Amino acid sequence: MDIVICIKEVPETTEVPWDPEKGILIREGIPGILNPNDKNAIEAALQLTEKYGGVVTAISMGPAQTDDALREALSLGVDNAVLLTGRHLAGADTLATSYTLYLAVKKIGRFDIVLCGKESADGVTAQVGPQLAEFLDIPQLTYATNIEIVKGNFVRIKQKLEDGFRELESPLPALITVEREINNPRIPPMDHIMEAYRDKQVMVWTADDLGGQMERFGLKGSPTQCLKVYTQRIKKGKMQILEGDGSMVAKELVQILRKRNLT
Amino acid sequence: MPSNNSKSNKNRELWVFIEQKNGTPIRVSLELLGKGCILADKLGADVAAFFVGQKITNQAQKLIYYGADKVIIADDLVASDYRTEVYTDIIVTQALKRKPEILLFGATCIGRDLAPRVAGRLSTGCTADCTQLDIDQEKGLIVASKPFLGRNVMADIICPHHRPQVVTVRPGVMELPAQDKSRRGNLVYANVDFKEEDIKVKILDTIKSETVGVNLENAEKIVAGGMGLGDAAGFELLKELADLLGAEMGATSPPVDAGWISHERQIGQTGKVIRPRLYIACGISGAIQHYVGMINSELIVAINKNPKAEIFDFADYGIVDDLYEIVPEIIDELKKLKRAPSH
Ligand SMILES: Cc1cc2nc3c(=O)[nH]c(=O)nc-3n(C[C@H](O)[C@H](O)[C@H](O)COP(=O)(O)OP(=O)(O)OC[C@H]3O[C@@H](n4cnc5c(N)ncnc54)[C@H](O)[C@@H]3O)c2cc1C
Ligand SMILES: Nc1ncnc2c1ncn2[C@@H]1O[C@H](COP(=O)(O)O)[C@@H](O)[C@H]1O
Repeated sequence: MDIVICIKEVPETTEVPWDPEKGILIREGIPGILNPNDKNAIEAALQLTEKYGGVVTAISMGPAQTDDALREALSLGVDNAVLLTGRHLAGADTLATSYTLYLAVKKIGRFDIVLCGKESADGVTAQVGPQLAEFLDIPQLTYATNIEIVKGNFVRIKQKLEDGFRELESPLPALITVEREINNPRIPPMDHIMEAYRDKQVMVWTADDLGGQMERFGLKGSPTQCLKVYTQRIKKGKMQILEGDGSMVAKELVQILRKRNLT
Repeated sequence: MPSNNSKSNKNRELWVFIEQKNGTPIRVSLELLGKGCILADKLGADVAAFFVGQKITNQAQKLIYYGADKVIIADDLVASDYRTEVYTDIIVTQALKRKPEILLFGATCIGRDLAPRVAGRLSTGCTADCTQLDIDQEKGLIVASKPFLGRNVMADIICPHHRPQVVTVRPGVMELPAQDKSRRGNLVYANVDFKEEDIKVKILDTIKSETVGVNLENAEKIVAGGMGLGDAAGFELLKELADLLGAEMGATSPPVDAGWISHERQIGQTGKVIRPRLYIACGISGAIQHYVGMINSELIVAINKNPKAEIFDFADYGIVDDLYEIVPEIIDELKKLKRAPSH
């Protein structure tokens, strides 16, 4: 059961500077963390290979600092780590990201399952999984809360929807996106973290290593553009402050609610 | 195909994907028909409802009443339950033929599974989870706006050079249009030439969740708590208030992330979009990601000890106080009212 997991480093804060000219986030230098949802993808991959054997490879596209996210994956027990980086890849929307990840998966070659988080904490699009599955021309099984291998080369997942679940079965290879509740990610022991930095290797691939068409990477390869980023607040009319001591204010509020038939 | 004095027959089309449950269109799809009409007018395009399922043709007229100029119907046994590969293929085949300008999907589980796959196959852009849509008439483009990283930041996204422009829209943010039973439109039938044997993914089982219970989207009143509660116990106080009012409980995302309250109660960009008659916000600052989920509330009451909190910019009534002081007073007052004979 060879597995490729796509992981992303996301900014630790929500205040990320923005380049108004290019219409992209300036991620360089912003402290990052491994996307929380992707920890579930890593855990799911580890559990599957513990059970069925196989190699787990983590790939991540991002600036050089994304190395940290991949080291974390290595410390958790992932076998190989690949960083996709370089100026050609910067500014990618979900389509260009998926294209890049697709070329990397192809280059890795052998895989039965590709795992993604359901969504990233900064993009929150949940698009990269489905789009990567499309490039790879394999089925996508989204929002998994359980994964099981059956009949040797089929996978069954429990898919979480708004009002319940579905059980889906697909032949392998397939791409699966996982929900937060699928598992409780393990925490790497300190010495594994040290080891990941000291003894392990993160492979680095740039656009040139990936092959593919240059105009489909990064900002150039992104059909969507950010037109502008702005602060928006629709004032809903004038607010009235209820003043006075607590019991007075409470009384006044309850009167207001009562008049509107809201108590 | 049958057409009875159709309203219009423009070359340009804006499509709304109609998600259905047991053959009945879901609410967000109707909301998008309403918005789609406004956008299509500015663009000089027709609104086409793209309706996939089994035995659904009898519902098509309803989509016209809600604003569709035409309904593209794919009615087939293999399409009875949503499956990515089947629905993608049906939509893409028609899109290559009819070349729509814009595709709108509800940002539901299914919409978010389908839209990126369709966009991927058509090598075009897809903008996720939008809360506002408009047309830039000069450029003839859809401008899709969504909350962004950062407290009060929105981003306008366009897809200038690729067609169709694909967008998913949060349920509940667009208004449900009124039905107009005098409207006429065309029905267009799309071929489905899939055989069950050719479909890779099988649905083995469908389980309705027993734990649904929480239905914030339709709640009439909501009492919500934020980080100002300080700890999980704070929600017990809010629960007392909510019970007295017959309200549901809601929350911002940090208390959900902290595990103080369950995920289904999160309101905002990554939670639910609500439109209750009454919304009481306790210890909530009013960040844009929360704002987009609750701003459609009819009456907004905000309790926050910081007079400069952003929530006061859009509340109807504000109370500047420690919630642990004022909420017990409100509870007392409501109890008194319940005891008093009503008149
Ligand atoms: C991509 C993304 C998606 C997001 N999605 C969502 C979402 O869906 N929903 C959401 O809510 N947020 C979301 N957020 C987070 C959002 O940006 C804010 O961080 C969050 O809404 C703030 O929650 P809060 O108001 O509870 O906390 P805070 O901003 O910490 O505010 C707490 C407030 O409580 C007040 N307070 C403190 N003590 C008391 C007291 N004793 N009595 C009265 N008042 C008190 C303070 O003055 C303060 O105003 C998202 C963020 C990002 C980046
Ligand atoms: N730059 C990236 N590198 C690797 N994986 C990614 C990247 N961006 C997104 N992903 C994967 O796609 C999932 C969904 O991301 P998103 O579409 O941004 O919500 C994430 O949880 C990751 O598994």
